[in-house]
Amino acid sequence: MPIAAHHPAEIPDIVRSTTGRLLPVGGGSKPALTRVHEECEQLDMRRLSGILEYEPEEYTFTALANTPLQEIETELAAHGQYLPFDPVLTGAGATLGGTVAANSAGAGRFRYGGVRDFILGIRFVDGRGRLVRSGGKVVKNAAGFDLAKFMVGSLGRFGILTEVSFKVFPRPRAFLSFAQRYDSLADALAQATRLACSPLELQALDLVPDSDEVLLVARLGGPAASLGARMDRILRFLGEQGNARADFVWEGEEEAAYWRQVNEFAWVPDGMPLFKVPLNPACLPALDERISHTHRRYMAAGNLAWIAGDDVATLEHALNDLGLTGLQLLGRSEQLIIGTGLAYPVLRRVKQVLDPDGKFPEV
Amino acid sequence: MSTTAFLSALSRIYPPDRLLTRPAQLIAYESDALTSFRARPQAVVIPVTQDEVVETVRLCNEHEVPFVARGSGTSLSGGSLPVENGIVIALNRLNRILHLDPEQRFAVVEAGVINLQISQAAAPYGLYYAPDPSSQPICTIGGNVAFNSGGAHCLKYGMTSNHILSMKVVLADGEVVRFGSRSLEGVGVGPDLVGLFVGSEGLFGIALEMTVRLLPRPESFRTVMAAYRDLESAGNAVASVVGAGLLPAAIEIMDTLAMRAAEAAVGAGYPQEARAMLIVELDGEAEQVDREFEELVDLIQASGAEQVIVAQTDEERARIWQGRKGAFSAVGRLSPDYVVQDGVVPRGRLGQALAEIDRLGREYGLDVANVFHAGDGNLHPLILFDGSVEGALERAEELAGKILKMCVDLGGSLTGEHGIGVEKRDYMSYMFSPVDLEVMAELRQVMDPKGLANPGKMLPTAGH
Repeated sequence: MPIAAHHPAEIPDIVRSTTGRLLPVGGGSKPALTRVHEECEQLDMRRLSGILEYEPEEYTFTALANTPLQEIETELAAHGQYLPFDPVLTGAGATLGGTVAANSAGAGRFRYGGVRDFILGIRFVDGRGRLVRSGGKVVKNAAGFDLAKFMVGSLGRFGILTEVSFKVFPRPRAFLSFAQRYDSLADALAQATRLACSPLELQALDLVPDSDEVLLVARLGGPAASLGARMDRILRFLGEQGNARADFVWEGEEEAAYWRQVNEFAWVPDGMPLFKVPLNPACLPALDERISHTHRRYMAAGNLAWIAGDDVATLEHALNDLGLTGLQLLGRSEQLIIGTGLAYPVLRRVKQVLDPDGKFPEV
Repeated sequence: MSTTAFLSALSRIYPPDRLLTRPAQLIAYESDALTSFRARPQAVVIPVTQDEVVETVRLCNEHEVPFVARGSGTSLSGGSLPVENGIVIALNRLNRILHLDPEQRFAVVEAGVINLQISQAAAPYGLYYAPDPSSQPICTIGGNVAFNSGGAHCLKYGMTSNHILSMKVVLADGEVVRFGSRSLEGVGVGPDLVGLFVGSEGLFGIALEMTVRLLPRPESFRTVMAAYRDLESAGNAVASVVGAGLLPAAIEIMDTLAMRAAEAAVGAGYPQEARAMLIVELDGEAEQVDREFEELVDLIQASGAEQVIVAQTDEERARIWQGRKGAFSAVGRLSPDYVVQDGVVPRGRLGQALAEIDRLGREYGLDVANVFHAGDGNLHPLILFDGSVEGALERAEELAGKILKMCVDLGGSLTGEHGIGVEKRDYMSYMFSPVDLEVMAELRQVMDPKGLANPGKMLPTAGH
């Protein structure tokens, strides 16, 4: 029976009185992250929900850590704003805190960066039961050590987030997406790289390998009247002749639905382990060759791979050989982190401060 | 071990021309851009390799000698102020761009590389390094990383922290560690150590090398300058621009004093009779920027501007920015001395903050020039005083302190981009609780058990 927290002020006592280990759990949308093997009790955080401050003209909001992203996105949208990094699994109930802890950004991270680029401040309870604040609520701040950024990707191993402040941006007034087919990943990647180095501004730039072709999918945002001309310009940039049309074009509600299914991982078969692998596009061809049996999508012009497959051992070998690290979000594989691992010597030092008695799972 | 033994050990690492111990040599290192604080180190070393830095740090650890890493000494918060019994590790010559990958859009640089040189090296590929502190022609990336420097384009592009992908650091006890990766999603698995180290003000050790993200240079820039009868009207114009859903690359405001100084220094073409001037810049794809710029100019014209000047050429745009970026030093023409502050308030409180600064200035009988990044609420009041007048510096600092506390009271921060340094450390307890500060002190302790790396910065001293 999991313990439930009802208010941030209760959490220090819960942490201090626990004898085993605690793992905070929010919406449960990333089941691989909330399943732990050691003796560990789940702390149900779902009651710590609600937007505390939102001033649209400041481009900032502060919310309790387990506010569902859906609620936040709805509120932001009502004021023409959004979280540009496309938090994933929103429809599955992902919360703000879980998104920070897992560092889970989707296709939109291509344009302005990921979770770390929008987080401004946090409150959290550390392993000694101290309620700590770091960062601030304003869009620019350089005071003190930035534990808010440190908590991005911390997987609940260093503290329990209770409150988070974020920067937001005005949402483009309209979107348009299109896709082009390429025969090989090398061809598609070469074009994506050219686009990413050009001043042409895209909200997202994904590569989607399929059985015998690779799709390059681009998303444009901005004033509606400019989108068509901008797409034509990109097609010309890609070397299409004359009045060539894109192989696929999505607009309006259909376009929004397309990206929803991408960021919800609707393309991953139920129960299949899904790994997130940050990488440099230069090693993408070598990786792709070795995982041709998987379902996969490469975001941010090849800087972020999402790979789903039952054969985790093969993926693990490939990551090890290429010096890459993967984090499992969905599925039931034993290992949370595969590949070359993290910067443990420094993390151990931080752990000594924030969790000396091992109240949270090991990194 | 004695000082002599330590210096003699240093002399085994450095030839005499890179180990400075004579008073005449040390004077240049006694302070940084915060000139009201001075301290003479016992020696200055000038490493040219990362190994020399690592050896030096290990030696300092062994002999328990405090060290201060220094780049070009442009810190406005006293971030590279030496300590009397310590040494300065001057990193200007650790300045190689080790690798620049135009296709993957990153560069690997050593700590002493100058900010602007990264953009210059990337320019042939249509790329640039985004953070642009006003000191960018001379400040080093190591200092930018230590103090999480900003610039005029932070609202849209973020601060230094947002552009560092990986780091190699020698911790204060001599351990060399690496974290992050060369992916633009580099900190994607595990806690963001890059985020923790950027802005740590040198208290954990010395960054030797970092991978920085490069961005494609925007295709088009459109810049408009507008004169207003008062600061409040200029502030309201900012609110209407932001409220309309535009995301300018930069929104800057200068008051009469700052404008006059900048105009005298570079002839930027600023209207002299105005009480406040607004600069707004859009950047991006030409098609989109042109549409949004029309909307922007309409908004500004409707906002009660007395004069609207649209930069027609690259030269006109450059002149506008030259005046803005040179404003701090230009203020030197108005006053023998000045203190620059760096507080942040929520954008909606700018008007209130400026009125309060004006009131405080009159209360203290000191002129305050205002230059600020209005888009992100980052104020830079320049408090003018004459250091030859007894007690003037103290009065200016007291006024600066009141302004900082006001920023915190309004929900903002002590610093937007200059860092806490020595200058603002005693105000940290105004912004953070004892527990917050205790955790910071403990983090410092695990990274630097002997307290040798840049001591006296950021963390408040006992009694405050």
